Parts: sequence; structure tokens; C-alpha cells
Amino acid sequence: MAKVKLMDVAIARSGDKGDGSNVGIKARTPAIYEFLKENLTTERVKAHFSEICFGDVERYDLPNLQALNFILEDSLGGGGTETLIMDAQGKVHSLALLHMEMDIPDALLAEVK
Amino acid sequence: MSDDKKVLIANGQGFWGDSLLGPLRLVEEGPLDYLTLDYLAEVTMSIMQKQKLRNPDAGYATDFVDMLRQILPRCKEKGIKVIANAGGVNPKGCRDAIQQVVKELGLKGVKVGIVEGDDILDQLPELMKSGESFKNLDNGDDLSTILDRISSANVYIGAKPIADALAQGADIVVTGRATDPSLVVAPLIHEFGWSLDDYDKLAAGTVMGHILECGPQCTGGNYNDWRKVPDFARIGYPVVEASADGSFVVTKHEGTGGLVNIDTVTSQLLYELGDPKNYLGPDCTSDFTTIQLDDDGKDRVRVSGIKGSAPTPTYKVSMSYANGYKIVGQLTYTGPDAVEKAQLGADILFERVGMYGKAIPEEDRFVELFGTNVCYKGIVKQSEAPAEVMLRVGAKSNDKNLLNILGRELAPLITSGPVGVTGFAAGRPRPTEIVGYWPALIDKNKVTTTVIVEEV
Repeated sequence: MAKVKLMDVAIARSGDKGDGSNVGIKARTPAIYEFLKENLTTERVKAHFSEICFGDVERYDLPNLQALNFILEDSLGGGGTETLIMDAQGKVHSLALLHMEMDIPDALLAEVK
Repeated sequence: MSDDKKVLIANGQGFWGDSLLGPLRLVEEGPLDYLTLDYLAEVTMSIMQKQKLRNPDAGYATDFVDMLRQILPRCKEKGIKVIANAGGVNPKGCRDAIQQVVKELGLKGVKVGIVEGDDILDQLPELMKSGESFKNLDNGDDLSTILDRISSANVYIGAKPIADALAQGADIVVTGRATDPSLVVAPLIHEFGWSLDDYDKLAAGTVMGHILECGPQCTGGNYNDWRKVPDFARIGYPVVEASADGSFVVTKHEGTGGLVNIDTVTSQLLYELGDPKNYLGPDCTSDFTTIQLDDDGKDRVRVSGIKGSAPTPTYKVSMSYANGYKIVGQLTYTGPDAVEKAQLGADILFERVGMYGKAIPEEDRFVELFGTNVCYKGIVKQSEAPAEVMLRVGAKSNDKNLLNILGRELAPLITSGPVGVTGFAAGRPRPTEIVGYWPALIDKNKVTTTVIVEEV
């Protein structure tokens, strides 16, 4: 077991959805996908974004793409054309998620490297 | 039609303001049948309505016409057809400008088609009388709360009228508000004769459109493994090779920069995605959990297996409305004590604005100390004492004059506030109108699209 950042085991992309954002994350291997499916819960993502996302977090699974799609409601300081914050469209919420640290079994990490 | 017929479709413009190099290079650097371009963002329609109010000939994407001037001779030579939602709120005006360009270039036999019917701004009162509520899709609010402030109202139309224009021989099709994927679905319907109730095929076209719609965001742009991306400067815009069965290959022209692999395509599939099983569009509902991606060699990804179902009985409507004003300005504070001084600067600014007679309420104020991890708030540990931070300070208000006072009082902080301030090169900030966005639905039966194709 090693503590690693998700950016070592996954890629991600984010964009705006109304006054919230979506963060899609794709595992680098099928085993990592299964691990993330079990462990990257909406509760965990909500806690990670506690100072950015003030609404609910929803998750949709895309096993065909080894990906999970998170919707972060109320995460853009008003959203769309109204917000004044720098990341008005949640463009870097993807990398923000990939900064999350998780304990991941060595066997899974070996496959990535 | 032979089974191995391939139709090549590219997207040369991912958003209004995208690089002009996209379309210019796509028509030069490799084979192509259709060039699609997206010019409309939510705010765009409101800007265009205002332009049209001032000048009845305006209200479309003039940069599209300027770009066409450069690529049309090549398109004519290679038989490339162009489809763009550049018509804004005045597709006819756009068509007239295109015809002028065609004449100036001395080209013969160019057919320009327009699709109208998406602009329902003038019909809103009667549509509401007929039972359309236009309740806000996001929060359920009643349209009456903004009715007197609406500046544009457009229906996201689908592929059919665009395909009709192509069937009538159009070389260039200009629409108002159409969904990005529909610009791509239309030529597939036209070329392969897909039926409008063959939802698996329409879903395949929709997914194709979703992959293409942000241009190079599927060919290495905004991709996590950016160190692996060769020659960003000459990044290839995406090209798909579509087959009649709905399968397709995502690729790019040979010799261009960037890269196409399963990860770059997956990243784009995830972009701005909601519920993947129910990707709603005017042509069909697509199921993104059925998409199969396979490596098909260097810079080639095969996409297949896509399932779709019937679309909803409604179209999406996008309205914009005047929602007050906003202003943001910036100053850079250097250390020591950069954060403390920047915060003090903001406090002084708001206090001084109040000294003119009217304070900006707390809840309308905005302060962001860039350099203190504002993008990664609570996620990445903040530096104890950054050597420099950028103060982004502003407010929202219905009172434009109040915001102007704030804009004027920003620069004086350099000579009358704490030491170590710089970075006012951008000049005095000005208030801009907040264009509110109002998503709603409309019964499809209440929308009539018209297609006009004329030869120049």
C-alpha cells in the first residue's frame, strides 16, 4: 500500500454545467478503475472539494471508458456569466481532483508504471 | 452507395474566438469532405441581438465571413462543404455577406443555405399564451421574473433542416442556434441516407459531434499527459472518418502536431458531460455508456457500439437577460506581508467607494487573492508567505455608476495604500453587463424551421 496522488493513476477533464462543474476521471488500468469505483465515493469527493463545492456531488459510472463522472453542484461562485472567480468554468477542477491522495495497493501501482 | 464509403468531417472552430489557424490548415493539410465550425456561446446571442438592434444587417459572426474569404477558393477546389452556426440572430444577413464574398472572389456556382426558425424572441408572448411556461430548467423559476429583461431567446435546433439544406445542394450551410453535434449529424444523414428514427446511428453522429466540438481538445489539447504531446504549436484539429454503419475513426491530418489516443478521446468524451446514459439532444438521446473505443494505429481511435433512443418531445431553449453589472480589477502586491497588504488594499478600496456616498453591500463584494491557491482552495497546502499575490477585486451591482467609482479608485491604491504594489498595466477596469442565462424547454411542435438555399 502506498499513498499516491490520483494523477499518478488517472487522467481527468472538467468543465462547467450551469452553476456547477463536471469532473470526469479515467483510470489508467482496469484494476485501478475497479479500485476507484469502490473508493472514490461522492462523500470523499465532496470532502475534497469542501471549500470549492457548496452543493451536492453526484457520480455516474462509465465502465466502458473506465471512467467516473462527478457533478459538483454550486462550485463556480455563481456560475456561467455571473461569477467573478478566476476559474469561472471549473476548468481546473480536473487537476484539483487529481491532487487527491489515496492509499493504493502496490499491485495496482505496479501495473501503471 | 458502397459499404466502404467514408465521409471525412472536421471541426475547425471549437468556440467563438478559437484560432483562425484551425480552419485555414484543415482545408490545406489533408483530405476533407465537411468542415464544421461553432461560433455560438451562451453570451454570444445576446451580444448579437444588441448588434442587430443598432444595425439590422448585423447580428451574425462576422469573423466567420472573414475566414470564409480565405478558405473558400480551396473549399471549392477540393469540394469541401462548410457548416457553421455562424448565423447568430441574423442568418440572412450572414448569407448576404457570404454571397458578397463569393462574388468578390469571382467564384461561380456556390450554393449558400440558411436555416432559420431558432430565434423565438419575438414569438415569446404568443408562445406563452399557447401554454409554454419556459420555467428555468436549473431552478424552476418562473419566466415572469425576468420577462422584461430578456435580450435573446433561441431554440437549439437539430440536424434535419441542415441535412435538408445539404440535400438541396448547399455548399455552405449557416444556421442560428443549432447544437454542436447536429452540425456533424446533418452531413451523415445526408451522405448515408440515415433515417431520422435510426437512433443508434444518430447517437453515433451525436457522439462524433461531442468528440469534435472543442476542436483540438481531443487531439492532445488540455490533456493530462501533456509532455507526451508532440508539436503543440502545429496541433492537428480533429478529423473523423465516418462509416455508414455509425462506426468512425477519430484522427487528424498526417504531419500535424498533437496526438490522438484512447485517453485523449476519452478526456473529450467526459468534457461537460452530465448523466452519460441520457445525453439529451434534439436528434436523439445518446447512451455514452455504450461507446466502445479501440486503438486503430498511430493517431487513430476507432469508435463503435453506440446506442441511442428517441429524443424527448421538447427542444432546449437558451435565453439571455440583463442581470445587472459586474466589475473586476487587479493589482499585484509583493512581499513581505503580500497577503495582508492585498487584503488591506481591498478593505481601503471598499471604504473609499463608500465615501462617495453609497457603499457596496458586503454580499456584492468580491475579493480573490490570486497566489494563495484560489483554484485549489482547501486542496493544496498554501504557501505561508507568498512573495507576491494578485489582488482581484470587484463587485456586482445594478448601479453601474457605483461600479465605475470602484474602477476609478483602484489605481490610487498604488500611491495611497500599503507599499509594494504594481501591475496596473491593464488599465482601469470598466463595468460590464452581466448576461444572465436562462435554460428552458419548448414543445417541438411549436417550432418551425425553414431552409433557403440560393446559388450565387
